[in-house]
Amino acid sequence: MVNTDKRRPGTSSPAGAASKNLPVKATQGRIRTPGLTPRQRVAIWIRRHGVAPYLLLLPATAIIAWLVLWPSIQIGLFSFQNYGLAQISGALPTQWIGFSNYTQILHDPEFWLSLRISLLFALVVVPLTLIVGTLVGLLLSRLGKRMATFVSTAALLAWGTPAVSGSVIFAWLVDPDGGIVDWTLSKLPTWLGGGPHWSGFSWENSVLPAYAVLTVLLVWTSYPFVAVTVLAGLRTMPAELLEAARVDGAGPWTSFWKITYPMLRPVFLVLLLLSIIWDFGVFTQPYIITEAPGNRDEFNLGLYEYFRAFTQPPAYGIGSAVAFILTIILLIISVGYVRASVKQGVFR
Amino acid sequence: MTIAQAPAGTRGTQGARRGWGAVFTSKSLRRAILNLLGLLVALLTLFPVLWMISTAFKPATEIYSLTPHPIPLHPTLANFAHVLSGSEIGTPYWNFLKNSLIVTIVSVAASSLLALLAAIALGRFQFRFRTIYLVMLLIVQMLPQQALVIALFIDFRPLNLLDSLTGLVLVYAAFALPVTIWMLRNFAATVPRELEDAAAIDGAGAWTIFSRILLPLISPGLVATSVFAFIFAYNEFVFALTFIGPDTSKFTLPLFVQYFQGHTTGGTDWGAIMAASTLFTIPVLAFFLIIQRRLASGLVAGAVKG
Repeated sequence: MVNTDKRRPGTSSPAGAASKNLPVKATQGRIRTPGLTPRQRVAIWIRRHGVAPYLLLLPATAIIAWLVLWPSIQIGLFSFQNYGLAQISGALPTQWIGFSNYTQILHDPEFWLSLRISLLFALVVVPLTLIVGTLVGLLLSRLGKRMATFVSTAALLAWGTPAVSGSVIFAWLVDPDGGIVDWTLSKLPTWLGGGPHWSGFSWENSVLPAYAVLTVLLVWTSYPFVAVTVLAGLRTMPAELLEAARVDGAGPWTSFWKITYPMLRPVFLVLLLLSIIWDFGVFTQPYIITEAPGNRDEFNLGLYEYFRAFTQPPAYGIGSAVAFILTIILLIISVGYVRASVKQGVFR
Repeated sequence: MTIAQAPAGTRGTQGARRGWGAVFTSKSLRRAILNLLGLLVALLTLFPVLWMISTAFKPATEIYSLTPHPIPLHPTLANFAHVLSGSEIGTPYWNFLKNSLIVTIVSVAASSLLALLAAIALGRFQFRFRTIYLVMLLIVQMLPQQALVIALFIDFRPLNLLDSLTGLVLVYAAFALPVTIWMLRNFAATVPRELEDAAAIDGAGAWTIFSRILLPLISPGLVATSVFAFIFAYNEFVFALTFIGPDTSKFTLPLFVQYFQGHTTGGTDWGAIMAASTLFTIPVLAFFLIIQRRLASGLVAGAVKG
């Protein structure tokens, strides 16, 4: 018999899960040694079967499964049910209604409008964010230390501003009565696109102006992340490479596309995918800027989904169908993100 | 001004060969232009936040003046007094600050503890489903919150978790977990195995190894990751908007700020909104400035390198 008394709970490290070839396992089929406390038995069992990592993962996994994974499955289930006010209050049971929620959405012009708005918005904001962020990142790498700290601190503050605050600030900046943007535009000379017709211009009540404001707002909040990430990437590049290119007469444009970009391509790929996911799924900023549900023509996919579900009388089934479509689109992009991450070797 | 970096210095003479590069013939001119650009970027970036603070201190006559002034001519605390008293919304500002702090602190504590355990499993053990689990974490953090909120609303209703801070704590902890685990895992993985082995040889138990070796070495990472959980919970809007219903006394700060946009009598009271927004934002920004350095490295480590 192995002296199990010495194998008190945790005599081996947490890494002991790997130590399956310990004598305990080799010689004993079952632990029948008398004189062991239940606690010691549990500890031995845990070590023998290598369950320690699973036990450690259990609480976090349970919470994620209950509050994140299960709801995402439920969305799929609800999208095939007639889930509404009567069902949530328990007056009527839910019924499976096949694809009728989906056919209803697909025949709703508002759905297609909101989908188009989300797509176009991502199509404009993502490249703009990446371009501005990269340019500022490159600028930061060339600035002196004090100036670089100043600029990156400013960027950090923009990035750190909560979405709700950023949104109400921009709503105030473009307010028709007293907003600074209209005032500035009305004072600008005509050849710069300014003029008195700008005073009192309402940005929030129609799609294009509202999304123009949202574009600036989203670029403002998300470019710092890109800039800081690009800067960190630039710091990992050997300085000799750019130096050599310069000696050979390459300008900044050429050396960026021939050297910097190819070397940082994985970083750019991750930034691109993250930006698409964030900008396509954006909710808080358009909610506040368009004063939702004020004008339904201004809904993006997220707002459309939310108000289909929660506007009285609630239609959780239809909302879930839109939510499911939104989730699937984002998951497809996420697959690209996961693959890009795998290439970066994050699963070591 | 500080000394320009060496590569930037040599650039001027080389660039001169190219047509447009002739502008950059002099080093100091080049440096001046770069600094000017930096200044412009910084000011444009800071402008919205500065304008918020400035507006918060302006009396109504100046806010709606025909010639806006960058700095309040007659600074006043009236907007803050108005917002702090809560005459409009029913309860004073402190109530919402308290709600936000409760929700944030409890959810951060819970998610940090659970994430710590999970990170040790993922960072220190090799087991069968490890890679699958990591992929799952990466995907889970991409799920759109405004989609899941429908299901959570339905699930929480019979549990009486709507209109309650407990419901928000649960959701915030759950949604912070994937990112927190993901980042902490790196910190857990960097603790040298030899330290554990040495302790085990000296007879240390699992708990001793955890509390004396792993915890002290991971705790800097715990600070960095809890910052993210903290910011997420403090700023979160969608769940709070959906769960916290007509009872305004349960509002968190984001709802409190947003409330003024639609509910002020006689047109939008921008002074009040900007004052509320300032009270909400300044603590976060101050926090960011304090932890700036650690945050920048944690940000990159967590988001890009995994």
